[in-house]
Amino acid sequence: MSTPANTAALKEWPLWEVFVRSKQGLEHKHCGSLHASDSEHALQMARDVYTRRQEGVSIWVVPSASISASEPNDKPEFFDPASDKVYRHPTFYVIPDEVGHM
Amino acid sequence: MYTQSFSVPDGSDDAKSAGLKAVPKALSAQDAVLQAQFDARIDADGRIEPREWMPEAYRKTLVRQISQHAHSEIVGMLPEGNWISRAPSLKRKAILIAKVQDEGGHGLYLYSAAETLGTSRDQMLDALHTGKAKYSSIFNYPTLNWADVGVVGWLVDGAAIMNQVPLCRCSYGPYARAMVRVCKEESFHQRQGYEALLVMMQGTAEQKAMVQDAVNRWWWKCLAMFGPPDADSPNSAQGMRWGIKRISNDDLRQKFVDATVPQAKVLGVTLPDPDLKWNEARQAHDYGQIDWDEFWATVNGNGPCNKERLGARVKAWNDGAWVREAALAHAQKQQARQMKEAA
Repeated sequence: MSTPANTAALKEWPLWEVFVRSKQGLEHKHCGSLHASDSEHALQMARDVYTRRQEGVSIWVVPSASISASEPNDKPEFFDPASDKVYRHPTFYVIPDEVGHM
Repeated sequence: MYTQSFSVPDGSDDAKSAGLKAVPKALSAQDAVLQAQFDARIDADGRIEPREWMPEAYRKTLVRQISQHAHSEIVGMLPEGNWISRAPSLKRKAILIAKVQDEGGHGLYLYSAAETLGTSRDQMLDALHTGKAKYSSIFNYPTLNWADVGVVGWLVDGAAIMNQVPLCRCSYGPYARAMVRVCKEESFHQRQGYEALLVMMQGTAEQKAMVQDAVNRWWWKCLAMFGPPDADSPNSAQGMRWGIKRISNDDLRQKFVDATVPQAKVLGVTLPDPDLKWNEARQAHDYGQIDWDEFWATVNGNGPCNKERLGARVKAWNDGAWVREAALAHAQKQQARQMKEAA
């Protein structure tokens, strides 16, 4: 059981991000957030809030405060290095038709 | 599932927003660039995500609309919750419990969407409990008998669906995603209500009269749920410009009337409006005058159940205080124990 740090002074239960695997073989996907007192509580809440119709077979909950995110305002610079490297895509290479599918 | 398609100013916002309008703040050069990028994204039907730059008025409008929507879901649990212990069969009781639980879930999706805009759950709940925040005025009317529960599902949820489907394309990502989830669950709500009424309409003359009576009492209130006519909705244009609102109040209302008329015919009830008739030229139904005075009186706190609804919410919140505190104390104790063991 874990509790995010620095919550002692807060009246609110801490915020958790919820990730649900919809079926075996698929990845966990972010589906929303909720407030809960600790991780066990957060899992039970996530089950009730996000899987009332068998939407999941597995749930992760992560304290929202523990997530590091890229800065939205830095988007162009941060993702720019990938934009001029077209040779990373298969369509960059011209292959004779008689080769068939490659 | 229950949004008012228009955004009523919350009590606390009135003075502030009026002030903002009177003295528009000059944009700094950097803000002007960001504003232009924001406008371009909206024009291209793009989405805005949390933590991205957005005009302060856009953020405020969304916080108000999403929190009002969340409050409506939560308060909306009350008129139906009242009937869980009185449902006529175990089947209807189970259905109603599931529906009311869904409403609670919808409220939670929406509160967390609003929190991505920098408001806190406690702030929003405080605004509701102190009467500063509005919620859909439809819940300030009583559910007098079992037929009302069916009619709430059929008409109130039906009107809400009309409102909410376009919100799935809202420009603010978290709100749109919450609405997709809500809309997926919503169709069951309307169908269970309509089906419950179909069963009653196969019953005694008295049961049929109950259904008709409930329809008579709810019909006009449901039409008012779509908000004032477009001509009297000065904020609608801004909401449309921002991609928050996609279809106007009057257009949504018209869609609802046109969809409901054939459903009423199959059910075998009449809709209480002598002016309701098909207009061949418009290819739509004409309908009578909505009583907006009554609507505004209810929005402004003078409906039949405003005090009761808010009182029930505040009581539930206060009665639950020790549970919230105990859960937090337990979590902290567990954490302290873990740290001690690790040391």
